[in-house]
Amino acid sequence: MIRVQAEPFQPGAEIDAVTGGNPRIGGVCSFIGLVREMNDGAGVGAMTLEHYPGMTEKMLARTEQRAWERWPLEASRIVHRVGRMAPTEPIVLVVTASAHRHAAFEACEFLIDWLKTQAPFWKREETPDGPRWVDARRGDDEAAARWLHAPSSARGA
Amino acid sequence: MKLLYFAWLRHHVGAGEETRTPPAGVATVAELLDWLAGQSEGHAGALADRERVRVAVNQEYAGPEDTVAPDDEVALFPPVTGG
Repeated sequence: MIRVQAEPFQPGAEIDAVTGGNPRIGGVCSFIGLVREMNDGAGVGAMTLEHYPGMTEKMLARTEQRAWERWPLEASRIVHRVGRMAPTEPIVLVVTASAHRHAAFEACEFLIDWLKTQAPFWKREETPDGPRWVDARRGDDEAAARWLHAPSSARGA
Repeated sequence: MKLLYFAWLRHHVGAGEETRTPPAGVATVAELLDWLAGQSEGHAGALADRERVRVAVNQEYAGPEDTVAPDDEVALFPPVTGG
């Protein structure tokens, strides 16, 4: 399940909702991205996330689908916020659940790596020198690219 | 053709969305960008560095040789920075 929303979310409640009541789940993995007060040497007072309504949801859903094709998942969720948010607030949540831990770990890492390079979101930071659009990082492309060829090593835990 | 601009490309162009009718010779993404760059100073600024421009046609990523049609929705934006 994927969701794009302006409102903050409660990671604990989201994780409970993903895993609740499924006795086949033996391992749950989550990643939570937060607004950081420093980025590239400048203080960040707040950040605004812009997105491409329609395509963003489509890319998130496709990314989730790819994870399901690759790992034996029991449940997953991606929640991504848009709009203005302050340091310490959550931006994104990825949750994966599987019978065993390896699939949950790998799928979680894949989802965040992949969405960072595929889903159309753009960050704009408010700094003491004025607002600035965040540049894409080469490291993010490399993190996503390693999933293109790496065979899944998901096995029983 | 419906054109959408996001992030700093939107600032250059001065609008997030516009409708334009490219001439008949514009059949690919590359040709569309070449034509658009000549439409205003803002468009030229937005498209000055093509390495920093990503294109989606009807909400699918597209490359320079992919085709565009009059009824398409074409979005132009920088490399994405979500997550």
